[in-house]
Amino acid sequence: MRERLALSRPKTGACGLTGSWRVFRPVVDREKCNQCGICEIHCPDGVIDEELNIDLDFCKGCGVCANVCPKKAITMVREER
Amino acid sequence: MSTISEIPKEEYIKTCTAACAGCSSSLCLRYVLKAAGPDTVLVIPACCTSVIQGVYPNTSFNVPVYNIAFAAAAACASGMSKAFRSAGKKTNVIAYAGDGGTVDIGIQSLSGAFERGTDFLYICYDNEAYGNTGMQRSGATPLGAVTTTTPGGKGEFKKDLDRIVAAHNPPYMATACSAYPLDLYKKVKKALSIEGPKFIHILAPCPPGWRYESDRTIEMGKLAVKTGSWVLWEREYGKLTVSGPSKAAMKNPLPLEEYLKGQGRFKRVTPEIINELQQAVIKNLERVRKEEEGIC
Ligand SMILES: Cc1ncc(C[n+]2csc(CCOP(=O)(O)OP(=O)(O)O)c2C)c(N)n1
Ligand code: SF4
Ligand code: SF4
Ligand code: SF4
Ligand SMILES: [Mg+2]
Repeated sequence: MRERLALSRPKTGACGLTGSWRVFRPVVDREKCNQCGICEIHCPDGVIDEELNIDLDFCKGCGVCANVCPKKAITMVREER
Repeated sequence: MSTISEIPKEEYIKTCTAACAGCSSSLCLRYVLKAAGPDTVLVIPACCTSVIQGVYPNTSFNVPVYNIAFAAAAACASGMSKAFRSAGKKTNVIAYAGDGGTVDIGIQSLSGAFERGTDFLYICYDNEAYGNTGMQRSGATPLGAVTTTTPGGKGEFKKDLDRIVAAHNPPYMATACSAYPLDLYKKVKKALSIEGPKFIHILAPCPPGWRYESDRTIEMGKLAVKTGSWVLWEREYGKLTVSGPSKAAMKNPLPLEEYLKGQGRFKRVTPEIINELQQAVIKNLERVRKEEEGIC
């Protein structure tokens, strides 16, 4: 049946791979990190998982995680491309 | 105070929206949806949150969304809530609207829905301008702030939206700020546990609009609270309580300049304007203090 309503459906990547926007990439120093989870809580896009892995397909490189980290365990490194 | 472990791990926004890097309103929406859970419908008027969802036929939002005309969020949510309740459904109806869509164009539909006692939650995320159309001034833009339509700085004070909403005597209303996501989470949970019209006003710093580097988005919200420029409180059935993060600022606010100086939009404010803004902060803190103590 033809849809009469313009319905969008949920999909990962609905706005493309936003990781391509990144100018700086967050790099976590696991030695310094105490796993407090503060970076994960404050990531505006929710791209840090429970094990504190960052999904670089979507991370926009905003730097919020690095700024809020109490251990200064995240460094923003310029992307080379 | 809620602790981190209370917050559900589920995310209701699929990676990733098209919001600017460091968008604090997107962070707020993450927590609003964590608190509300899957049985929720969002009603979104024209604003950044309507354009960041994705491109048809895809969306990054994993709860149903009704995108509605700029002026009509509360009217749409009102009818929707009525329909759900008549069908015996408890589905949360949440209007998530910008400041322009709330303090300016949407204010009559908001007032109407609150007067009718609609069972819904209205959230205004306040980035203090018309963000998605290029940062024009709104009624919520503060005095002195540069926007694309106030190149010399806005000449008027921010409209006091909370006192307008308070005049409707809702059972629950609160302020929040993106820099304190756990406080926001707790307030959304509480709001949704109460029947009737609820209101939450979130200060949501916006890197391109306020002209600061995206990594400072949390810092900016914290400075708004620590200087007392933004006060976190909740008012349940008329009783006001100042929230944890604002308690220190009620006694010893940082100088307002600490908050203003990191934002490009306040680059050209004169000492006179800073003084006017500072006096307004002091007056507001005093008003909140008196209300909490039951003096007025
Ligand atoms: C009646 C009407 N007038 C103007 C517009 C254009 N418009 C769309 S969103 C918007 C500004 C929204 O500002 P705000 O509500 O603060 O949300 P933000 O974009 O800041 O998130 C404007 C002017 C419209 N969609 N409808
Ligand atoms: S905020 Fe810093 S210390 Fe805490 S989990 Fe993240 S990287 Fe580790
Ligand atoms: S840089 Fe921004 S988007 Fe990327 S993980 Fe950090 S907070 Fe999230
Ligand atoms: S303009 Fe501001 S509120 Fe809108 S998406 Fe960008 S950061 Fe977010
Ligand atoms: Mg706005």
